[in-house]
Amino acid sequence: MALKIVKGSIDRMFDKNLQDLVRGIRNHKEDEAKYISTCIDEIKQELKQDNIAVKANAVCKLTYLQMLGYDVSWAAFNIVEVMSSSKFTYKRIGYLAASQCFHESTDVIMLTTNQIRKDLSSPNQYDTGVALTGLSCFVTPDLARDLANDIMTLMSHTKPYIRKKAVLIMYKVFLKYPESLRPAFPRLKEKLEDPDPGVQSAAVNVICELARRNPKNYLSLAPLFFKLMTSSTNNWVLIKIIKLFGALTPLEPRLGKKLIEPLTNLIHSTSAMSLLYECVNTVIAVLISLSSGMPNHSASIQLCVQKLRILIEDSDQNLKYLGLLAMSKILKTHPKSVQSHKDLILQCLDDKDESIRLRALDLLYGMVSKKNLMEIVKKLMLHVDKAEGTTYRDELLTKIIDICSQSNYQYITNFEWYISILVELTRLEGTRHGHLIASQMLDVAIRVKAIRAFAVAQMATLLDNAHLLTGNTQRNGICEVLYAAAWICGEFSEHLENPMQTLEAMLRPKVATLPGHIQAVYVQNAAKLFATVLRSQEGNTEGTAAQETSQLMIDRLPLFVQSANLEVQERASCILQLVKYIQKLQQKDVEVAEEVNALFAGELNPVAPKAQKKVPVPEGLDLDAWINEPPSESESEDEKPKAIFAKEEPKHSRPRHTEVDEKELARRREARKQEQANNPFYIKASPSSQKVYQDAPGVEHIPVVQIDLSVPLKVPGLPMSDQYVKLEEERRQKERAEKKKKEKKKRKEKRSGRGKKHDSGPESEEDITPAHMVDIVTEEMPENALPSDDDDKDPNDPHKALDIDLDKPLADSEKLPVRSHRPTEAPKSPAEDGDTESAAPQEPKKKSSKEKKEKKKDKEKDRKKSKEEKKKKKHKHEEGEDLLGGQPDEPAVQSEETNEVAAPPTSTSAEVSDLDFWLSNAPVPSNSQEAATVAAAAAPVPQEASGTAPDSEPDEPKDTETEETKSSKHKKKKQKKEKEEKEKKKKKKHHHHHHHSDGGGDESVQNGTVEEEEEPLPPMSNYCLLAENSYIKMMMEDADQVCDIQGNLQDGSQVVVSVIFENKCDSFLKSMEFNVLDSLNSKLQRPEGAGPHDGLTVPFQLPPGVSNEARFVFTVQSIVMPQKLKGTLTFIVKNEDSSTHEKLDFKLHFTCTSYLITTPCYSDAFAKLLESGDLKCSSVRLEGVNMPFHHLLARICFHHHFSVVERIDSCASMYSRSIQGHHVCLLVKTADQTVSIDAKCDEPSLLGNVLDEIKQTFSQC
Amino acid sequence: MIKAILIFNNHGKPRLSKFYEHYSEDTEQQIIRETFHLVSKRDENVCNFLEGGMLIGGSDNKLIYRHYATLYFVFCVDSSESELGILDLIQAGIAGAPARAVSAVKNMNLPEMPRNINIGDISIKVPNLPSFK
Repeated sequence: MALKIVKGSIDRMFDKNLQDLVRGIRNHKEDEAKYISTCIDEIKQELKQDNIAVKANAVCKLTYLQMLGYDVSWAAFNIVEVMSSSKFTYKRIGYLAASQCFHESTDVIMLTTNQIRKDLSSPNQYDTGVALTGLSCFVTPDLARDLANDIMTLMSHTKPYIRKKAVLIMYKVFLKYPESLRPAFPRLKEKLEDPDPGVQSAAVNVICELARRNPKNYLSLAPLFFKLMTSSTNNWVLIKIIKLFGALTPLEPRLGKKLIEPLTNLIHSTSAMSLLYECVNTVIAVLISLSSGMPNHSASIQLCVQKLRILIEDSDQNLKYLGLLAMSKILKTHPKSVQSHKDLILQCLDDKDESIRLRALDLLYGMVSKKNLMEIVKKLMLHVDKAEGTTYRDELLTKIIDICSQSNYQYITNFEWYISILVELTRLEGTRHGHLIASQMLDVAIRVKAIRAFAVAQMATLLDNAHLLTGNTQRNGICEVLYAAAWICGEFSEHLENPMQTLEAMLRPKVATLPGHIQAVYVQNAAKLFATVLRSQEGNTEGTAAQETSQLMIDRLPLFVQSANLEVQERASCILQLVKYIQKLQQKDVEVAEEVNALFAGELNPVAPKAQKKVPVPEGLDLDAWINEPPSESESEDEKPKAIFAKEEPKHSRPRHTEVDEKELARRREARKQEQANNPFYIKASPSSQKVYQDAPGVEHIPVVQIDLSVPLKVPGLPMSDQYVKLEEERRQKERAEKKKKEKKKRKEKRSGRGKKHDSGPESEEDITPAHMVDIVTEEMPENALPSDDDDKDPNDPHKALDIDLDKPLADSEKLPVRSHRPTEAPKSPAEDGDTESAAPQEPKKKSSKEKKEKKKDKEKDRKKSKEEKKKKKHKHEEGEDLLGGQPDEPAVQSEETNEVAAPPTSTSAEVSDLDFWLSNAPVPSNSQEAATVAAAAAPVPQEASGTAPDSEPDEPKDTETEETKSSKHKKKKQKKEKEEKEKKKKKKHHHHHHHSDGGGDESVQNGTVEEEEEPLPPMSNYCLLAENSYIKMMMEDADQVCDIQGNLQDGSQVVVSVIFENKCDSFLKSMEFNVLDSLNSKLQRPEGAGPHDGLTVPFQLPPGVSNEARFVFTVQSIVMPQKLKGTLTFIVKNEDSSTHEKLDFKLHFTCTSYLITTPCYSDAFAKLLESGDLKCSSVRLEGVNMPFHHLLARICFHHHFSVVERIDSCASMYSRSIQGHHVCLLVKTADQTVSIDAKCDEPSLLGNVLDEIKQTFSQC
Repeated sequence: MIKAILIFNNHGKPRLSKFYEHYSEDTEQQIIRETFHLVSKRDENVCNFLEGGMLIGGSDNKLIYRHYATLYFVFCVDSSESELGILDLIQAGIAGAPARAVSAVKNMNLPEMPRNINIGDISIKVPNLPSFK
């Protein structure tokens, strides 16, 4: 055996570790795959060994191989083995591997649940940490559900290291198990004010991430975040919060107004570029949300633009890039402010960094105006010439076209210039965007009628010089332009100066090398040209010319007839036959021109791209209806085909279509005509549009002729667009001069019209001169059109499930599933078990809602000035006092209870109005803090609720009560809380400190044995007042709750004390330290390294009026005696101007009851226990107890942690167990106000003390 | 949120990859390759952000990277992260890494002191983990 171990360790020495593996891979560059496969074989061998160290090493190597892309899922089980190692170094390797390769469909994941839970509750914080980190990567819905509660408990861990991780992982849990969001949210919110900056930052991150997806649910947190933003100095946190505000402002413009000032301050004060940038971004978002009105924000815009300019001018490329990025956001709403920085942006076009150039291009898009378009495009054209690399050049090309064509050529004042630009762009070699240029040419030529003559002339030149473009056809996308050129020349051939020449150009043999679809257009348009030529030639006396033309066609067309392209072939043969026929007619001296022209008569109008989609479905046509009834399921298979091809089919469908009767059709046609008539953009065959064209004197006046003379169009390579820029400038100057002279002329003359526009800037939209006439075909029947991009949300987005209203108070059914921790001991009553455990997470929830209410109260105080409010409050006060003083406990509780149940709408609306109030209240945060006066004096919370919810009908409470008694643990908690609150009130009034036990009432249904409950149970609390002074109040929960969930009852018994700290003053309490003088028997657990007299820092600060709970763990050696511990709480009271140290002494009273844990017990086990004879006996008699028996039992259960084993009439057996495993059995009998308790326990002194305590409990009531 | 952290060398060989969303090994490698191709084409003195169609995240996605000697450190993040913040984070991750990690980094041919980058002055605290035995 020993030999084996030695042998094993020697073997291990020769094992490769991760470093060897990496080195090995480096040394086997040539045959890496082979080397790795041998390594994987080795790893497989290593995994087969029992030695965990070997396994861990193997798994470690696998993790790296996984990163290299090798599938290691086969080792999943080994990974789980390594994860469950007790040694941290191995565990860490295991978790790392798991986080790297586990995912939802990994089946071994379900084996890990218990292991992870164990690690989460490990006393070693690093075990917990590594489990949390790993879990965050592979959490599944099942794991999330099972572990949510454990993780939530960790959110209040004493170590910030754990709290931080627990908070972060909750995000993943929410994603996988959305039901957990509401129960966990209050605690998450609490963590926003955690004293540890790391935890705080984590909470901010999680909430920001949640809020980004569903911002509206988080609007109510805005005040809290606002406070954080104005108080935090952590830039990381600030960035996140500011980003979050960016997401929130679109929903609530008032928020934006409130933000502007602090953000502006930050912009001015911060030196961190990243923070500055985010501030600017959010200010931009705010400005966008406020874009209407708000004249006084121009200063903010100016500030943003100015800061961005600094970023852009920075030598750091990153800043430059981001500056441009943010600039483009401003551009959308405030283009003018950006336009003034045109120089800078044009400068960026020269930047060596392509990303920056592209960003600058994006900006240019929004910066153009009628005034500067030519100039900008000229600059871009220069860049096109200089650009290296086709991608950037193509990008430039598309940008030029985008810029020019945006919003229906809005900024183009001179289309001749634009056509020349397009023609110039055809010189680009190797561009992929030939079709883009082509479609622009077509679009402009078709839609801008005034430009057709010029366009046709240009296109004719292009066709003439086609060889320049088609140099290397196949890889050159630019030849697409010829498609447009041919079509334009053909369609608008009447504008051609020399159609014959163009026709010849189109029939050149070289055309056959063009792509098929272009040839097809060539052939078709050659026919159109032919018609035009015929007409002109027939007009002349010479008939021979026309015949020659026909001959030319007949000679050339066969080339195309032979084309491999079907389309070309078909068109060519058709036209060839036609021409042959025409030739015959010509030979007979028949005039054919008119008829040939008739073939191509009429105008082709552009159709909007979405027109087809927008055609409305006719009334009565149900597209989803079955044309045929689907074959019924029962039909046998061989019948089916018959049914499909049945002859009834047409009969079914036809009537449906003809249902729309003639009248209806006529009516609709009429309506449509009406609409078209009213639609200025609809192109009609009416003479009006024709008139526009004919009336356009501009066509002649535009310096077409000049250009034709000055710029040799025959060489399309020349940048004639520049000429236009010059001309345009001259023209504008002239116009300005002209305009001064004669204002009136501008209507008549197109140019002065332009001039006016020029002067009034890009904004003016009036006076569209004929040359600008851009026909827009609007979509037909737009009222039926749906916005096409309405479904941009991914249905699989996990965040959809997280769209949960968080302001609604928690319902009883909403809680995190809690696993029973002692399944073997208590299979019968997991609920009971859960109760003790779930107590932890539930309480803070309740508390935070309390906090909310208190905040509300504070707000109310704030409103004191308004008299109305004051009255209302008074009213509430009175009501509250009535309830409190005038009535016995029970009804008051009942009405509170109703309010709890009926509250949801009220409290949400209260929440909303809270936000409203915060938003409408202009003053800055310090104000609100100031206003937060002491809760102590304010109206008691529940009463306030009853004031707002007037509908507390008398019969309702009963219902809810009885319902409640049936089960819900949550309600118990609630009751507890309420009770506690009431106690507080009492305390406030009487101001005396005594070890308190609550008033009448009891609790039942501890483990479902007492079912026939007749009377509602008043709430009970385990919290008692610990100490109080004018600053702070401490409430202690009767030290109960054993932490040691694993059932390690023998060693180190721990007791957890929950203390509620409530800030009663109007100052901020911070740096709270909780310290207890240890006794020999009990010790406060302090963090490692702390001395025995060091205090524990309370992990939170208390703003005024807020209360929070902290837990402290004590180690107790002997539990047979009750004990008292003296302690002190020191804290700093911070006012606006001063801060003082204060301290508060208290006594912690550990009763013996505190050491008992509610443990359910079977009746047979109970009987055995009693029979065993190991137990000592003792008994006690209580006189004058006049309460129902079940109340009595419930009290014992609740206050002394017993559970009912069996109950027969007025006799019950009860059981409990101490944290050190002592059994305590009770037999409770009652008769005539006398209760006798016979008790047995294996530790007599413990028993005696417990009985004394029970006695005391009942003597107090 | 950070979607993935990739470290690869000048040849695109992954040195460390961490995806916070699950992808198959093949997809992961494809992402690394694609990222490498995008990043390696860029000059030294251009900006450190890349946008555009990625396999991860879609349009919301951004690549933020730094190049130190032979290694590329790439973060895939969505729009909820501050670009400059992530750059600082990369910087801090290397400059502030604990001693052992630094030696590992040296092993990866990293410069001992990454060049000074003048972005912001976000204070970054990298807690040194106590060593475990």
